[in-house]
Amino acid sequence: MQAADDPMPLTLADVTIRLAERTLLSVSATVLPGEVLTVMGPSGSGKSTLLAFAGGFLDPAFRVSGRILIGSRDLTDVPANERRAGILFQDPLLFPHLSAGGNIMFAIPQAVKGHRARRQIAEQALEQVGLAGFFDRDPETLSGGQKARVALQRTLVSAPRYLLLDEPFSKLDMALRQQTRALVFSKAKAAGIPIILVTHDSADAEAAGGRVIEVGTEGGA
Amino acid sequence: MGQRTRRRDQGRYRGPRRASGNGLLVVILGLPVLAGVAGTILPAFGYLPALGGLRPTMAHLTELAGQPHILRSVLIALAAGLVTTSAALAIVGTFIAGFAGTPVFARIHHLVSPLLAVPHAAAAFALAFLIAPSGLLLRLISPELTGFTRPPDWLLPNDPLALSMIAGLITKEVPFLFLVTLAALPQLPLRRAQQLAAALGYGRVSGFLISLWPTLYRQIRLPVFAVLAYSVSVVDVAMILGPQLPATLPVRIAHWAADHDLRVRFLASAGALLQLFVVVAAMAIWLALERLGKLARTSMTFAGTRLRKDMVVRAMSGMAMAGCAAIIFSGLAALFIWSVAGLWPFPNALPGAITGKIWLRALPQISGPLLTTVGLALSASALALIIAILLLHRNGAGQAGNGASYKLLYLPLLVPEISFVFGLQILAIAVGFTPAFPSVLAVHLLFVLPYVLLSLSAPWRELDPRYERIAAGLGKSPVRILLTVRLPLLFRACLTALAVGFSVSVSLYLPTLLIGAGRLTTITTEAVALSAGGDRRVIGVYALVQAALPFLAFLVASLGPQLLFRNRRAMRM
Repeated sequence: MQAADDPMPLTLADVTIRLAERTLLSVSATVLPGEVLTVMGPSGSGKSTLLAFAGGFLDPAFRVSGRILIGSRDLTDVPANERRAGILFQDPLLFPHLSAGGNIMFAIPQAVKGHRARRQIAEQALEQVGLAGFFDRDPETLSGGQKARVALQRTLVSAPRYLLLDEPFSKLDMALRQQTRALVFSKAKAAGIPIILVTHDSADAEAAGGRVIEVGTEGGA
Repeated sequence: MGQRTRRRDQGRYRGPRRASGNGLLVVILGLPVLAGVAGTILPAFGYLPALGGLRPTMAHLTELAGQPHILRSVLIALAAGLVTTSAALAIVGTFIAGFAGTPVFARIHHLVSPLLAVPHAAAAFALAFLIAPSGLLLRLISPELTGFTRPPDWLLPNDPLALSMIAGLITKEVPFLFLVTLAALPQLPLRRAQQLAAALGYGRVSGFLISLWPTLYRQIRLPVFAVLAYSVSVVDVAMILGPQLPATLPVRIAHWAADHDLRVRFLASAGALLQLFVVVAAMAIWLALERLGKLARTSMTFAGTRLRKDMVVRAMSGMAMAGCAAIIFSGLAALFIWSVAGLWPFPNALPGAITGKIWLRALPQISGPLLTTVGLALSASALALIIAILLLHRNGAGQAGNGASYKLLYLPLLVPEISFVFGLQILAIAVGFTPAFPSVLAVHLLFVLPYVLLSLSAPWRELDPRYERIAAGLGKSPVRILLTVRLPLLFRACLTALAVGFSVSVSLYLPTLLIGAGRLTTITTEAVALSAGGDRRVIGVYALVQAALPFLAFLVASLGPQLLFRNRRAMRM
């Protein structure tokens, strides 16, 4: 896998999210490399908005104050495509016009030159999650669990500085959920980067095994 | 200061750039229309240096007023436009009120949608070939029911009251309004409102009218005004189906504008200015009609009129919808029969012999205009698609539903064609521009771009934004995301937009005629030119070719994704 530059902690400094006049949530935290910060709360509590803020694609209806930093670098005004934030959503959202392997090749940083080298990385990435030989498959023909694994590898080969997980397991069935959860956390921690997980499922928080911030339960209104 | 306020902008953090994008739209669509209108107004008052007009004068307006039967020409055009618009709106509104959410609705939808692709001129010919005294309808029932052994001496389809013209326009405006309304429908709480109204004992139609119609109408109001402006100013359909001696005002202006004697352009200018006022008058009348309709609806609401037994009204609207399709499709069949007919004496329902002679004879003559038509349509739609993509990329697709930022798009559709295209022709003369492919292409673009943008903006808005967020997270630049994610995902929508643009360009008559000045002929200008006393068999060939082009475009648009994404199941749906 692509060697990331030295992992740095992610800092949310006095991040407050408001919709109209209502304060949805307020967070201050530093997440160390390899650590998972879980933000838990019901839907509408603003936790996905926090993730959008961290990723750099916030809906302008929300007003946000505070900063986000990676190491000592302020990312608040950096556009999404220069932040290098890996994101996993509820849906795998594999690009339907590319093959499974194409999805991963698309994500490999441009610094890796040469078709053959890039293809090799993609094939290895598939192999690591038990999908050897799936390179040319149409994503639409994969099972839910297989799609989730391709999506995970697509994010990780891009050598992200930090990882944002937006309830990535909520649409998987029970058995698959535990399996995928274990895989995602082990691989994400192995990558040694800060991780923010938002979820409403306390089992997710437990499996993540890090700090948990609950939002939207009190004082939200 | 950590406080960061972001303006609402479709979640694309591109607020400040919108103004410049709209500026582009102003330049592309607004300026030519305004310049065209100016180019119409000035010569109407005698100012046109290129033709020696330097001194302001009212002489041309007086000359216009002195034209025989000019008032009749004006009133017929005005009335035909108003009747067409209200009838088409009534049919579509009643049908949607009566059938939305039923299986009949889906069936009629499939039947009516293809009609949108049929060019106005081809549809007009189709109707003409049905209702003419020697047309298919009378042949089918003669002599058994009518006793006619020779075609009767009826003034059809060019009846003096413009009834056939109105019918022809309605068959084309119904599908347009229907599809526009259909696009607005998903934003309404259809099922809940229907259930509520039914629970209160309202009939389907009156329940819909009271609960949903005001919201729906607000969303389709601009297209309705576009239909009004179009049908008051239509030229090609009026030439084929409309009254003669006097013809409607737009037809007479078109003749003056194409006159070989350049001095007649002053008269044409005066006429085009008058046409502008006719359209304004039509809109003023429509606004008054809107008021009346609102009053009627309000009193109906307060009186609690239930109209529980509305089966007859509903059935009529359904029949009218299906009738539009039946007329055009059977008319196209009639065109085809004529194009291969050998000897076909009245009242035989079918020709005695079938021959390919007419096609073989017409094809060499048709190939030139055909090439021009396809060349224009391909370049206009491709250019429009590129501009549309650039605009949408810069500005986002507008707020869900109303597309507020794109109201300007309707400008070329609200100003009568003849009033500004004619002015553009005058301007072209004034600066010594010779008519050629690029200038005709530029005018086509004015009409093609709005439709392409409207067609593309809904799918553009509906694409799951998370695809682009993922790509941005992977470090791709906005341009790369556009090229490698958004456009491939919208491939089908882009092809459809191209096909829409292609059809619009193919069907354009007046802009091609005026700006091409006879040197650039398309299938459409040739077909309409043939309508005056032309050979029916040859007209059949031209009209069929004209109707076939848009169908081919949509066929390609639907097959393209199948071929290109053979191995990607999600891309073929």
